[in-house]
Amino acid sequence: MSQIRNFCIIAHIDHGKSTLADRFIQKAGLVDERNFRNQILDSMDIERERGITIKSQAVTLPYRNSRGEDFELNLIDTPGHVDFSYEVSRALASCEGALLLVDATQGVEAQTLANLYAAMEHDLTVIPVINKIDLASADVERTREQIEIDLGLDSSSALLCSAKEGTGVTDVMDAITERIPAPSGSQEGSLQALIFDAHYDNFRGTIVTCRIFTGRVKAGDIIQLMSNGATYRVEEVGVFRLKREARASLSAGEVGYIIAGIKTVRDTRIGDTVTLANTPAASPLPGFREVKPVVFSSIYPVSSDDYRSLADAMEKYQLNDAALTFQKDSSAALGLGFRCGFLGLLHLEIFQERLEREFDQSIIMTVPTVMYRIVLNNGETVNVDNPLYYPDPVNIKESLEPYIRTRILIPERYMGAVMELCLSRRGVNSRFSYPSPGRIEIQFEMPLSEVIYDFYDRLKSITQGYGSFDYDMLDYRASELVKLDILVNGERVDALSQIVHKDRARERALHVCEKLKDEIPRHLFKIPIQGALGGNIIARSTISPFRKDVTAKCYGGDITRKRKLLEKQKKGKKKMKIIGSVSIPQSAFVAIFKADEKEK
Amino acid sequence: MQSGLYVHIPFCRSKCPYCAFYSIASQSLIPRWVEALKSECRLVSGSLKDRFQSFNTIHFGGGTPSILDPGILERIMKCLLAHFSFSGLCEVAMEANPLDLTAERVSAIRSLGFTRVVVGAQSFSEKSLAFLGRKHSGRDVRNAMEVLRREGFQNTGIDLIYGIQGQTIEEWTADLEKAVAFSPAHISCYCLSLEDGTRFGRMAHKGDLATLSSEKEREFFLAASDFLGRRGYIHYEVSNFARGRQFESRHNLKYWRREPYLGLGPSAHSFDGTARWWNIRSIKGYCEALEKGSLPVDDREDLTAEQTALEKVAMGLRIREGFSLDEETRHWIRTDRIEAMEKEGLIVREGMNVAPTMNGFLVADRLPLELVV
Repeated sequence: MSQIRNFCIIAHIDHGKSTLADRFIQKAGLVDERNFRNQILDSMDIERERGITIKSQAVTLPYRNSRGEDFELNLIDTPGHVDFSYEVSRALASCEGALLLVDATQGVEAQTLANLYAAMEHDLTVIPVINKIDLASADVERTREQIEIDLGLDSSSALLCSAKEGTGVTDVMDAITERIPAPSGSQEGSLQALIFDAHYDNFRGTIVTCRIFTGRVKAGDIIQLMSNGATYRVEEVGVFRLKREARASLSAGEVGYIIAGIKTVRDTRIGDTVTLANTPAASPLPGFREVKPVVFSSIYPVSSDDYRSLADAMEKYQLNDAALTFQKDSSAALGLGFRCGFLGLLHLEIFQERLEREFDQSIIMTVPTVMYRIVLNNGETVNVDNPLYYPDPVNIKESLEPYIRTRILIPERYMGAVMELCLSRRGVNSRFSYPSPGRIEIQFEMPLSEVIYDFYDRLKSITQGYGSFDYDMLDYRASELVKLDILVNGERVDALSQIVHKDRARERALHVCEKLKDEIPRHLFKIPIQGALGGNIIARSTISPFRKDVTAKCYGGDITRKRKLLEKQKKGKKKMKIIGSVSIPQSAFVAIFKADEKEK
Repeated sequence: MQSGLYVHIPFCRSKCPYCAFYSIASQSLIPRWVEALKSECRLVSGSLKDRFQSFNTIHFGGGTPSILDPGILERIMKCLLAHFSFSGLCEVAMEANPLDLTAERVSAIRSLGFTRVVVGAQSFSEKSLAFLGRKHSGRDVRNAMEVLRREGFQNTGIDLIYGIQGQTIEEWTADLEKAVAFSPAHISCYCLSLEDGTRFGRMAHKGDLATLSSEKEREFFLAASDFLGRRGYIHYEVSNFARGRQFESRHNLKYWRREPYLGLGPSAHSFDGTARWWNIRSIKGYCEALEKGSLPVDDREDLTAEQTALEKVAMGLRIREGFSLDEETRHWIRTDRIEAMEKEGLIVREGMNVAPTMNGFLVADRLPLELVV
């Protein structure tokens, strides 16, 4: 156990985490140069494309340090996005140390700060690493200063490296063996293993990734999940070396996997404790909680005939995404579908992209919303996460909406713009701190609903990419909510309804009317689009009809050409949702929750 | 049902930059092509006898049929009469370039049995003619129309093109005025379209050329309909006007009514009521096939019931008489839409017949999509 080191890498997006991990994997000789491809740990296409990590992963790296001592380094790769902060916290709990990777050309960012705080909460030994020192724009001294002042770390302990070039990587690996403490914990006690990830394998079922804190687990053991008491027989345990490598047992201090005939990922819970059924631990490891979705949206198949196929895809998808919640939903406009809950907007986007790419589903998604709390006149409180079920306003006594505390870190010069943005998003109780000269941290209390569509995009654009953002859930506060309905050609389209704050209703309504005007193609008739609160029209736009659409001639009896064109157009039209007599393309539903180009 | 016989003459003096029909600007292959065409008549008449009973229209299209010497036209005509059976022949038409229509040539054409000559005037404005790459002038058209009248042709047609970039409504009405002055039996008004595979199409692709706005096109379209309507022309198809029902193009109506027709020559299309097929779109390929004794068919398709209904609706909505909502068609159509469209003033329904209005003509490419989806 003294030769084991468990660590993670804390970094802002694009600061080089995956590249550094790739170098470690090469140094450990797990993969030869020829088969090497970049960003080995980010195995999903989306992860590579977006440069983000969605799921936690672990890899066990054999390493002989400069003193000739052999170690097993367990690198635990954590997601870097605020949507997945609970997963991050469980991965951190499985480590004794963390590398804090800072891009020498960018400096410390809000997410780095947030993740560092999290690491400190878990008493991890933090090793600051300054990356990208090979670049001309690298400012090592300034970065050191930020590490010292913003982060309160001893900058003289910071290591310099270029993960891309490979310089300094050995120093970093040596520091892991020298500075990060070995795990402690008895191999003799009752088993306590912390689940920090689970993924689904078509052949083996759920593969649980965990850190063993006490005791030992081996094939044949009957394990028990402490949150729900479910028991399973262990088929195999082992460690990850890019591929799984079976071992006789896993014992205290180690990180590895357990395969135990667990059918779906949903049967496991991140943060749960695994123990042995016969000799259970007295108590679970601390910190377990149920993850609750905070953003909700409905999905419908573009063609109602595809509902079954979508339902199948959802079942399969869920095998590998325990955070996704869903239930049946039905809309007058879009037919049968599902109401889904997500950890955040990124989670939602990833879901949508994967469903379309990997599961070949054409879906329509409704405007994301948060969970509102509505107190009725009869004293009853209902949770509303779907505009379809918004109560009749005459029955509403009070409405509440969830608030968050945002943490925004920016260069000082953007303060005015960012303040304006936050205030326009109903931010209150601002607090400022100046972690280092020229930089400012702004905290606001803000309704969650104001950040779920485009806040981050807007922030990035007004700060030219220098702003970073993170948030914590706060509480529910009284709010004045209204239900905004959208009428297309005089018909209310339930799937376009939104719950909004009364002061934002007109702006949202105008936005939707304009977007729909751009997205819905011309028809044979004029199409009015209206935004309404109850019977009050508060915004409108109009799509003018075709003025002329007829080809001059059919070529010398070549009717085939004409018909094929019609068949193609017909196919395109079939991909649209027909509501009343208006065909609405899938893109229209997406466009209404995207920011305006001109706003950007 | 009586069928139509189409002969594609794929030769022109020069290629017009807007035209997407198959033709070449060289005449050296004419002799070889005539032989191939004769072989095609022989082969087709043998193999397709059962598909086409008898023909009542002949249409020489192109290309520029008037480019052919009367001697060659005669050989072709004799060949057709020898291999196909005709009954109640009511229209023998030829498309012509005004420059070809000398008194001598027109007299020969008339004695070969042609009953209808359509003159590709396109415009009377020098500016427009130059833009369209036409080699003739307005005066040439006048001469041609004079000759046709003198030689006794009652059934004459003039083709016009509108919607040229920069064209004004006044210029367009001036073209219509000049055309009407010859009292042709038939006038076609084609809106310029920038087709793939043409020079204009390539220019449009590069952004060097654009059509008029749909608003302007609509204005020109309605101006033509109104202008010609007042002068006694029936707007019987989207782009076609006739000075009385008897002067409607009997051959072209077969395309829109989905009556059978047989196409001969490179790129010609045929339809026997259930299947469509078309010839190779190359003179060389066409000749080579026939020289080896095989039919020069490029491809064919058998129509499904759904495709038949779609065609019926799409074609029927291009003609004033409309189409009949027979049981077959009703099966594939959203009849609720018919009512809605009638309310919108796009179509009129009388019993089982559905016909487009003027507003319907204007969006005739959209209507079938609304009806069949």
